[in-house]
Amino acid sequence: MYVAVKGGERAIDNAHRLLAHERRGDRDVPEISLAQISEQLALGVDRVMTEGSLYDRELAALAIKQARGDLIEAIFLVRAFRATLPRFGATEPLDTGAMQVRRRVSSTFKDVPGGQVLGPTFDYTHRLLDPQLAEGFVPEQPATAEAASAPMPRVTDILGRDGLIEPSPQGPIDAPVGDLTREPLSFPADRDLRLQNLARADEGFLLALGYSTQRGYGRNHPFAGEIRFGEVEVEFFAEEVGFAVPLGPIALTECQMVNQFKGSATEAPCFTRGYGLAFGQSERKTMSMALVDRSLRARELGEEVVAPAQDEEFVMSHSDNVQATGFVEHLKLPHYVDFQSELGLLRKLRQEFADTSNETQLKEAAE
Amino acid sequence: MNAPAYNFAYLDEQTKRMIRRAILKAIAIPGYQVPFASREMPMPYGWGTGGVQVTAAILGPSDVLKVIDQGSDDTTNAISIRKFFAKTAGVATTTSTADATVIQTRHRIPEASLQSGQVLVYQVPIPEPLRFLEPRETETRRMHALGEYGLMHVKLYEDIARFGHIATAYAYPVKVNARYVMDPSPTPKFDNPKMDNSPALQLFGAGREKRIYAIPPYTQVVSLDFEDHPFTRYRFDAPCALCGAEDAYLDEIVTDDQGSRMFVCSDTDYCENRQAAGHRGSESAAPHKERAHD
Repeated sequence: MYVAVKGGERAIDNAHRLLAHERRGDRDVPEISLAQISEQLALGVDRVMTEGSLYDRELAALAIKQARGDLIEAIFLVRAFRATLPRFGATEPLDTGAMQVRRRVSSTFKDVPGGQVLGPTFDYTHRLLDPQLAEGFVPEQPATAEAASAPMPRVTDILGRDGLIEPSPQGPIDAPVGDLTREPLSFPADRDLRLQNLARADEGFLLALGYSTQRGYGRNHPFAGEIRFGEVEVEFFAEEVGFAVPLGPIALTECQMVNQFKGSATEAPCFTRGYGLAFGQSERKTMSMALVDRSLRARELGEEVVAPAQDEEFVMSHSDNVQATGFVEHLKLPHYVDFQSELGLLRKLRQEFADTSNETQLKEAAE
Repeated sequence: MNAPAYNFAYLDEQTKRMIRRAILKAIAIPGYQVPFASREMPMPYGWGTGGVQVTAAILGPSDVLKVIDQGSDDTTNAISIRKFFAKTAGVATTTSTADATVIQTRHRIPEASLQSGQVLVYQVPIPEPLRFLEPRETETRRMHALGEYGLMHVKLYEDIARFGHIATAYAYPVKVNARYVMDPSPTPKFDNPKMDNSPALQLFGAGREKRIYAIPPYTQVVSLDFEDHPFTRYRFDAPCALCGAEDAYLDEIVTDDQGSRMFVCSDTDYCENRQAAGHRGSESAAPHKERAHD
């Protein structure tokens, strides 16, 4: 006697209960707090905010805790929450030139107005595992000095004064900003949508694509014009009061790549731009994003589209890790109805193959 | 902390209106894939987010919802989606095809005929029937606009040239209202004829690919074929081992490691109704002790 499989609901409830137990881990070990995650795993929080498209450290930390440290799962949690939030409007454009800089480096000039500011960085650390950090290590207080009052103009603005780099294309000031979370994407896509897609894109995917351009697949010879990280004031134009109201500062990383451009029949040779922007300190992400942004401008700059990183439909359709992980992992769902019809088809094809070979053998034997 | 608070059926009203506009457009142009601004849902892409958004947009407090996956109300993903709407919309749920006003499905069309007033919501992974012939959306949209379906016919023809018949067992392409070639979602081709001239409204949601399409009630749906190679359904040629049905699509169940198999209805509601009406197959036990827990 056979009774069809039943009881999935209890299985789900029990699986989730087990997950909650595993998430907590050994209960003799103290529970991790959101503040600990936010303070001590800050770069993970930055990534979740960036790819989750929501600037909220506490919710990002909660998502990381809930996701047991799986950052893509955490990004997914944040996105699903964000999707339900009402939209009040778009902020005024951010002025990253007025950033309270915590780190700023340029690889194109030895020195720049405002200076090179190394800031908190893994760069130039020796990657030796540090046993001191295992427990109870109290670091020295950081060295301090008077903050320089001199402005820190963006390096690309300095190049721009001589016309050596293309001007940043200025859109009409009141033109609506594209939003691929509110309007379905269609191709070809304009640069605002491309940049939004790249800002939300999986860091690993962009890293690999950016890397591929450096290795010759759509090479465009980049220099890191400038990478800056710090706080920028966000302003929102409130209709009720008739002027822009400051909402508070957010931490951002901005990367401006400077790339060669050979010129065309109508354009003199000049440097061109690739742009990257992310929440928090996300240098790998912004650098990769800037490389891919520049690659995706191939069509606009009249370059031949030959490599994956230049193909906007390929890049933009596969960059979102929430979409990608969902579809890859959906293969875990039951597919037995389709599999059954494939099975039927395969049996039929094999039967026909066997019949044909038998016939051929018989024919050959008869001849 | 910004503690989350959610609307009836999860989505905010603005989003629902946007989805409803897409659905209306889809109904007005049968078989045409309408782009819509699909949202991140609290379940992963590829697990029914398109169907869930369509259901969320059309669900009202008095609706009765049925959710099936592989024909069954009891598969884990069907339970998960049914619980989602029971929780976020508080609607009544059922496993009965006849009692449901909205049926969300993955990979099957119920065996029992649908009625006027019912809505069947399909979860769609890849809405584009031409996708595996042409990977670029820019190209496939142009092909649909021009009604340029030669590539699909060549593919079917090549199947016949190679195998003697069309070697597509599920997601078998159809032409809707004599205009658009449409992917029926990965249902077995056994289900294709049920789409034709159905009294129910059929809505298709693809969340990750951001497309909605529809077959309005009483619309002609034709499976692609050739005059000399007409479309044929496939089902394993056996009665259901539980209810004896000769006309239902069957799941193959491996019963031991000696190669023994049995075949039972994939549509569990259909099978249970038949058993309750006294139909018996060769293996049927007493009617199920454990029903879906709702």
